[in-house]
Amino acid sequence: MISRRKWIAGIPAAGSLLLTACKDSLPPTYGSLFDASNALTFAAHRFLLRNQPLVREFGRERITKNFPAINETNPKSDRYQQLLAGGFAEWRLPIEGLVAKPTELSLATLKSFPSRTQVTQHNCEQGWSAIAEWTGVPLGRVLQEVGMLPQARYVVFHTVDGWWDSLDMFDALHPQTLLAYGMNGRELPVAHGAPVRLRVERQLGYKSLKYVSRIDVTDRLDDVEDGTGAVGAAYGYSWYAGI
Amino acid sequence: MRHTILVRTTHWINFLSFLALAVSGVAILIAHPRFYWGESGYFDTPAAFEFPLTVNLDQTGWGRSLHFLAAWIAVLNGFIYVVWGLFSRHFRYKDYGVLQRLAYLSVVFGLLPLMILTGLTLSPAVTAAYPVLFTMFGGRQSARTIHFFAADLLVLFLIGHVILTIRSGLVNTMIRAEAK
Repeated sequence: MISRRKWIAGIPAAGSLLLTACKDSLPPTYGSLFDASNALTFAAHRFLLRNQPLVREFGRERITKNFPAINETNPKSDRYQQLLAGGFAEWRLPIEGLVAKPTELSLATLKSFPSRTQVTQHNCEQGWSAIAEWTGVPLGRVLQEVGMLPQARYVVFHTVDGWWDSLDMFDALHPQTLLAYGMNGRELPVAHGAPVRLRVERQLGYKSLKYVSRIDVTDRLDDVEDGTGAVGAAYGYSWYAGI
Repeated sequence: MRHTILVRTTHWINFLSFLALAVSGVAILIAHPRFYWGESGYFDTPAAFEFPLTVNLDQTGWGRSLHFLAAWIAVLNGFIYVVWGLFSRHFRYKDYGVLQRLAYLSVVFGLLPLMILTGLTLSPAVTAAYPVLFTMFGGRQSARTIHFFAADLLVLFLIGHVILTIRSGLVNTMIRAEAK
């Protein structure tokens, strides 16, 4: 008969079995019981989302007024303010790493790619949610443009205000994952991450970084910054935020 | 009447995961102690219900992780209990009164599934696969509000359940091993 203690001890063991079984496809920061449960969620969601469904899209009439702007709302760095003053004409987005053609994209070049506009709900980890229309280029289209190499597994994003985060290809290549430069039919406002922010619709809002300043394509995360895959790990936020 | 080892084990695991769910639920709640009805809700929209709590944004990291760890344990544990219960006819237990049986059945087959489904409606990933969840509960914020009130009912039930169990002899029914 299994004792209570053995049963409880079996839970992390089952978790590590799961980790070993599909180690190659799992996100970083494993080892704790919390991470084991987040890995279970991750694996379950990957199964549920195996056909890459889109999140709901709304009609424009559902757009909410005064969409909250939280965290950084106007980066103070001289460089950012200089770019802002110039209407972001001088702004460049470097895309580096495992790509055939490392590139620095201007805003005009980004806008010349086929765009996607979607009215979606932003789900903040705090508990509130609001609906907005986002216009941008699907990230997958940009990665195709720069010739992503076959060994690429993650896309790392850095921002003007020092945040960084990453996506694996499952989410990076999803049709609704955008480099967004427009919001509610206008240019993306400064408070919401101008000139370009990320939209990752199937995860909580904290994955949709504002003020994207550099993109790095890589095959591993353990040598990126502190190796945790995202700045949020330091605050106890799960790397995968599909919840 | 002593319960079997399976009933006792699953109940104690359940009790611990419920405590963890309640504590972590509060940790998540205090980041935004406002509730809404419908699809969206945020600072500028009128709240259907609001707690006069000091907002604390720093507890959601561990809060969410503990919430989902406990939720996974509770769901897997509950699955074992229900499958066994149906198999062994535990839910037709003759010693319970009609009201007591009704209360237990409505929790196991009513409130608990409601908790799970409204919780899943808060997941932007799960709802991408099953948008029907939004239709069931009238939107994401409605689901969050139902999740909260169903949790309150569960806590009330749990308190009553524990008191009743203690009065009927906790040591005998739920702790001590079965007498041979």
